[in-house]
Amino acid sequence: MTAPAPVETLDLAARFPGWVTPDSRPGYSGWIVEKDKLLDFARALRDDLGYDYLSSVTGVDYLPEGKMEVVYHAYKTTGGPGVNFKVQVERRDPVEVPSLVSIYPGAEFQEREAWDLLGIKFTGHPDLRRILMWEDFAGHPLRKDWREAYFEEEFKPFKSRWPEGKFQMAEDKARLGDNLSFPAGFDPRKKTDFDPEKALYEALRQYQKTESGLETEHLLVNIGPHHPSTHGVFRVAVVLDGETIVNLKPVMGYLHRNHEKIGERNTFLMNMPYTDRLDYLTSMSNNFGYALAVEKLMGITPPERAEYIRVMMAELTRIANHVWAIGFLLNDLGAYFTPMLYAQEERELILDIFEAVSGSRMMCNYFRFGGVARDLPDGVLEKVRDLAFDRLPRKVDELENLLADNEIIRARGIGQGVLTAEDAIRYSTSGPLLRASGIPYDVRRAEPYSIYDRLEFDVACRPNGDIYDRMMIRFDEIRQSLRIIQQTVKQIPAGPIMAVKPAYQVRVPPGEAYGRVEGPKGELGFYIVSTGKSSPWRYHVRAPSFINLTAFGPMCVGQKIADLVAILGSIDIVLGECDR
Amino acid sequence: MSEMYGKGILKGLGVTLKRFWDTYWEDAVWLFRQVTRGERRYRSPEGIAHRASKNTRGIFTVQYPEEKLPVPEEFRFVPFLVYEEGPNGEKVMRCTSCGICSRVCPPQCIWIVRTTDPETGRPIPDPAEFYIDIDICMNCGLCAEFCPFDAIKMDHDYELASFGRSVYDKEKLAKPVSYYESIRPLNAARENAARAAKEAARLAASAKPEA
Repeated sequence: MTAPAPVETLDLAARFPGWVTPDSRPGYSGWIVEKDKLLDFARALRDDLGYDYLSSVTGVDYLPEGKMEVVYHAYKTTGGPGVNFKVQVERRDPVEVPSLVSIYPGAEFQEREAWDLLGIKFTGHPDLRRILMWEDFAGHPLRKDWREAYFEEEFKPFKSRWPEGKFQMAEDKARLGDNLSFPAGFDPRKKTDFDPEKALYEALRQYQKTESGLETEHLLVNIGPHHPSTHGVFRVAVVLDGETIVNLKPVMGYLHRNHEKIGERNTFLMNMPYTDRLDYLTSMSNNFGYALAVEKLMGITPPERAEYIRVMMAELTRIANHVWAIGFLLNDLGAYFTPMLYAQEERELILDIFEAVSGSRMMCNYFRFGGVARDLPDGVLEKVRDLAFDRLPRKVDELENLLADNEIIRARGIGQGVLTAEDAIRYSTSGPLLRASGIPYDVRRAEPYSIYDRLEFDVACRPNGDIYDRMMIRFDEIRQSLRIIQQTVKQIPAGPIMAVKPAYQVRVPPGEAYGRVEGPKGELGFYIVSTGKSSPWRYHVRAPSFINLTAFGPMCVGQKIADLVAILGSIDIVLGECDR
Repeated sequence: MSEMYGKGILKGLGVTLKRFWDTYWEDAVWLFRQVTRGERRYRSPEGIAHRASKNTRGIFTVQYPEEKLPVPEEFRFVPFLVYEEGPNGEKVMRCTSCGICSRVCPPQCIWIVRTTDPETGRPIPDPAEFYIDIDICMNCGLCAEFCPFDAIKMDHDYELASFGRSVYDKEKLAKPVSYYESIRPLNAARENAARAAKEAARLAASAKPEA
């Protein structure tokens, strides 16, 4: 692996004169690319400069400046810092920006999301439909001038709560029916001819032609949203030729609550407990990513002891998540609940630790900007030591004995649902999904944060990219996490746990920051724009569950319908994070 | 592929068989302990502690609601207001209605009415009304973390299921200091010491000019 070029020496403005200018706004970094040259720029970036991995695509609505901005973060899969580039356009309705799907197919869902929530039309996108809101929804909710039902004020805290808190239940204040607003000219009592599913089925139908040119009868099957094996309210519309999958489209957003809009009304600290609810199995990791992003803006680093506690908790979270993922993959393969409950037992003991440390088993809300909320209580370190050195290694071996050689799992896993290394990068997959396809890319090594550069561990990697490898890589990662926890338990120093005085209103200087961590499900990123006020101007979550699903369709095409559930299980999604 | 088909399945079955054996072996071990030491595996503190430790073997289900895991001190579920008992048994709220909890609350479920002196119009440090919409509360604990008067704390009672909407008023939220000290002894001792030190510093500062 060659040493990655530091981003400072990368002078894109000199390389692409006239196309690219440095972003000189205070607190900002990266490059502003001319809209017309975006495709050429991205192609050169990928092919000539080696930034083959498009991590995040999102938009920002700069309402006071009358501008909309699309922000891209690209990285090299060989590691090193990334490059962040933007396209600025005048704020109109709709805003048009060329689509990058032809160069980075991983942008597909993210561009659909930006279209859905911000009204940025990506020209040349193969299937630009809404993704999180429903098809006949009017408006783009993340725009700054859009207001939700039950709207109270632009920013929290709301003035009615104190000192004249006249308590009123939200449902009394705006009764059902009064809390809706309709676009001009729309009468809810009149029946419209609009079929919300038409666009979806049309998008699927374009693949109906077979190679031989024969018109065959294809079958359209909807799996979910209420299907026990979709891990939540998730729907897949599948086109079948016999039992073989010809094409499929995931349909999501059933659990959408516009986490990002809520985040932009909240103060910075208020967002911390909300991040717990993204991927509710890995709340410590979510806290970690958000804390990193805000700390980048504030320019503070936590004290040593806090860093060790953070890493210890994040790795315990990874173990808890992976045993869950393995257990539920087995459920999806039809081994109902015995392997799942075997795996779950160890998670219970980990959750006991979280409960003692943070006060809650799942919604931890433990990280603060500049440290953690409280020190480890007495006896917790001993508990972690017992688990990391004694019980968990034993139990992971036992679980592997139970599953790894099982002929049914091997028959259903090996060679099924293959995602090649090239596709894994192209579709911007991350986490175990990417590493099981033979790409040893791990944010903890590629761009180390916290104290990971000092810790000894290997990046787990498996070559085949099939269901079986995606299961086995989780065992490998649990073992590496145990190594990390063992080191943190041995090395944890005494000292303070907060770099700054705990405060409920933090001063965050204006600027942008992208904080990313290697969450258990993949790369979890938080893109935050601050204007110096108490709330973030833009708060975007790069959700691994959501983006990993971009590769779901390509993985399934050509497989049997019965394997769809297993492939979905091997991706390991959580809908709380996927739908946000 | 393994050379003998079915070997992997047999290996897995070995694991389940071992689990089965462990569960009953544990029962036998605890039966022995019950006879010799009077310790029981189920429905006893020592049994629950064993099942929550690294040495537990076999099935270690805690039979809720007959058995409950002891909650750690930091456990948090729904806030309550701490009051001190006055000399005549009246409830003296620690809360001064400063409003920090209602401003830090992420889902904005705390509503406070501040008392004002009817004659001077100046605020009195005592809440006239205090509501928490329990159904909206997300149990994050930020109110308790940032209260400067140790007046709002997180409770340990998690069995709050109800048929209707739960909005707690001041009456329902108030709990005595003794209760707080019983559920969070270490935190309470730490806070009492800090308050005593502050008070001593204040007295020393006010005593100085006179001396």
